[in-house]
Amino acid sequence: MAETAAKTDEPGETRRDFLYLATTAVGVAGAVAALWPFIDSMNPAADIRALSSTEVDLSPVAVGQRITAKWRGKPVFIDHRTPEEIKRAEQDDNADLRDPEKDQARVKKPEWLVVIGICTHLGCVPLGQKPTDPRGEWAGWFCPCHGSAYDTSGRIRKGPAPRNLAVPLYEFTADNMITIG
Amino acid sequence: MRALRQISLAAALAALFAAQAAAEEVPAPDWSFTGIFGTYDKAAARRGFEVYKNVCSACHSLNLVYYRNLQQIGYSEDEVKTIAAERQVTDGPNDQGEMFQRPARPTDRFVPPFANDVLARLANNGALPPDLSVIVKARKGGADYIFDLLNGFVDLPEDFTVPDGMFYNAAFPGYAIAMPPALSDGAVTYADQTPATVPQMAQDVTTFLNWAAEPELDARKKLGLRTMMFLVLLTAMLYAVKRKVWSKLH
Amino acid sequence: MATPASTPAPAPENAVVKWIDQRLPIFEFVRHHLKDYPTPRNLNYLWNFGSIAGVMLVVMIVTGVMLAMQYTAHVDLAFDSVERIMREVNYGWLLRYLHMNGGSFFFLAIYIHLFRGMYYGSYKAPREILWWLGLIILVLMMMTAFTGYVLPWGQMSYWAATVITNLFSAIPWVGDSVVTWLWGGFSVDNPTLNRFYALHYLLPFMIFAVVFVHLWALHTVKSNNPLGVEPKTRQDTIPFHPYYTAKDFFGFGMFFLVYLAIVFFAPNLFSEPDNYIPANSLVTPPHIVPEWYFLPYYAILRSIPDKLLGVIAMFGSILILFFLPWLDRSKIKSGKFRPIFKQLFWLLVADSIVLGWVGGNRPDELFYSVSFLTIGRVATAYYFGHFLVLLPAIASIEKPKPVPESISAAVGAKSKD
Repeated sequence: MAETAAKTDEPGETRRDFLYLATTAVGVAGAVAALWPFIDSMNPAADIRALSSTEVDLSPVAVGQRITAKWRGKPVFIDHRTPEEIKRAEQDDNADLRDPEKDQARVKKPEWLVVIGICTHLGCVPLGQKPTDPRGEWAGWFCPCHGSAYDTSGRIRKGPAPRNLAVPLYEFTADNMITIG
Repeated sequence: MRALRQISLAAALAALFAAQAAAEEVPAPDWSFTGIFGTYDKAAARRGFEVYKNVCSACHSLNLVYYRNLQQIGYSEDEVKTIAAERQVTDGPNDQGEMFQRPARPTDRFVPPFANDVLARLANNGALPPDLSVIVKARKGGADYIFDLLNGFVDLPEDFTVPDGMFYNAAFPGYAIAMPPALSDGAVTYADQTPATVPQMAQDVTTFLNWAAEPELDARKKLGLRTMMFLVLLTAMLYAVKRKVWSKLH
Repeated sequence: MATPASTPAPAPENAVVKWIDQRLPIFEFVRHHLKDYPTPRNLNYLWNFGSIAGVMLVVMIVTGVMLAMQYTAHVDLAFDSVERIMREVNYGWLLRYLHMNGGSFFFLAIYIHLFRGMYYGSYKAPREILWWLGLIILVLMMMTAFTGYVLPWGQMSYWAATVITNLFSAIPWVGDSVVTWLWGGFSVDNPTLNRFYALHYLLPFMIFAVVFVHLWALHTVKSNNPLGVEPKTRQDTIPFHPYYTAKDFFGFGMFFLVYLAIVFFAPNLFSEPDNYIPANSLVTPPHIVPEWYFLPYYAILRSIPDKLLGVIAMFGSILILFFLPWLDRSKIKSGKFRPIFKQLFWLLVADSIVLGWVGGNRPDELFYSVSFLTIGRVATAYYFGHFLVLLPAIASIEKPKPVPESISAAVGAKSKD
């Protein structure tokens, strides 16, 4: 019997097609599921995830002093702000800001500013941590790459950067200890 | 009378020998983690950790394990922090350029007993106690062998002499091992109050060491079962397809 | 009885397909070589192992590349980087065990594939070049496996590398220089590890290229079949799709059931415990053994007392296979119709297994008062005797069974039972 006549055999065809369809579906589902371990292996490994928070001891940081901590490979600027710096930051809350944010919303304790030290323009590390560094017009930080200037709250005031210096997730675990991340 | 005494003496000696033989032959336990459905007995693994910490870690490092890994066998985050903090770790340099000591954190690896191999040998008669992170996989016989070794420090048979500084072990190839018998009844007081006999401690520490060597075992067997079941189903369907396709041929 | 003919289906009408095919005929290529391609209708399951080997090559490359993202090729870091993959990398243990056992299963598939070729005379005209390309793939696989085994930098990694590279010192006059050149130093050390890593990454892609040529040769001469009778009419063949695509996928399922059972439940079954000890150049393990797929060659090497001759014999055991089309002069391809050849074939299989068993034991150890060295020597002599003496001899002596006229005749005769 000619095989090509099978198309007219309706119930047989439905049965046969269902088996092929079902098997293909199960096979494809398996293949997709098998793909996941390969993709997930490229996600951060357990040891990387474990180092995703850093503890910083703030007790050696004097008033007016700035330190740089390392978190997830990135620099974090920690500024023990003077009362003048705090006042200046709060006064500028309502200034013409590119990225409007109140100073209070950017700190947990006003005398401690914790921001990620990466310019939001193209990723350079702004100057201002050392006392001899230029700090820009607003006495915060100054990025030498393209001239972005940040104020004492880490907010962008002048230059090409679009956003304020990012504030990472952090917590005071004690009066003088923070955990970042 | 004399005959009776001789017989009873012989019987007593025989009983003693039998007891000795029984003590020498502790059969390897049925490990909870062998077989396709095997999983780690976490309580045993924790007891094993207590044995490692209180006995073995004096000489043997566990360099590939992080303190945070202990959460996998049932310790809480706080318990792990406490366990880690018991040991000091060298860190630095600090702002003065000096290296300093600080308590270990969960993200640190297990602190080794000796700073380097030279110090390890000096403290152990020239022998180097091996790192135990993968010891179960690095020895033929695996967990059974490690268990037999720990139970193998039996009395020296008459016809065997052991070189100076070494010890007789019934399971060790060559029978003379540089490691002194580390386990004795009651050497550890278990937190869960299980009686700490030598076979019990040997079993628990072997469970712990198998976990240290194969921490992925539980996940591996679980995924394995699911994968095999899926593949059996899929292969059966593929067979049906093959038969259906080939039936066209006659 | 009408059979689904191997006539090509009508040309596609899809406009996109036509547009692409006019510029680069990929759809036509797939249709000709994978869909309509005429394949003997009587292939048995031994013919699945070529495609299985192809799948394993892909598995090895994919898992290998993923592992390469996490591995560090430096003597101080390699062992720990592999353990990091096992413990810290998401599904790292799975990638590692798939790759480690994948190598074993790749060789298993290839050995079955090779022995199938030997039994059915797939090396005979016009398939000589196809056979040689296969042997080239085998040699490349061995180089890949050898360099790969060194990478975890365990005791076996280090000492297997030392033993095998030292063999090259047997080359007259330049031997020692060659070994120093291979090492990049005065012993197996960091330079050696780094170059082995580079080669291990490179060789599989060379295998891939040779596989492509192997398939090109195959499609030129077409597949052999269990009868060893070339297809004569359309009745003798069927289109590759859907018949052999369906059969191949089922074959993959069965193969993977075994492969994954090992990966998930006995991942260290084929490995040496000593390789979980970090490499130590000052301590030689009591038993240096290669992976199981190298054991027969190891036995041959150790059976010859002279170092250079031992090396020549070891490489010769593969080299001799290149000459098989001329050593076996019988016009009849398939062992099915050659009663003496059939027995010799199975003796060869048994001999290879004995060689493997010998390779895993120490030469001085005794098996019922016979040393493994002696057993190995007999088995080695028999191996070469099979190819150099027995095979050429039986071609003229043997009285073959009657060979069917054609495949369809044989299949038709069978279905009439």
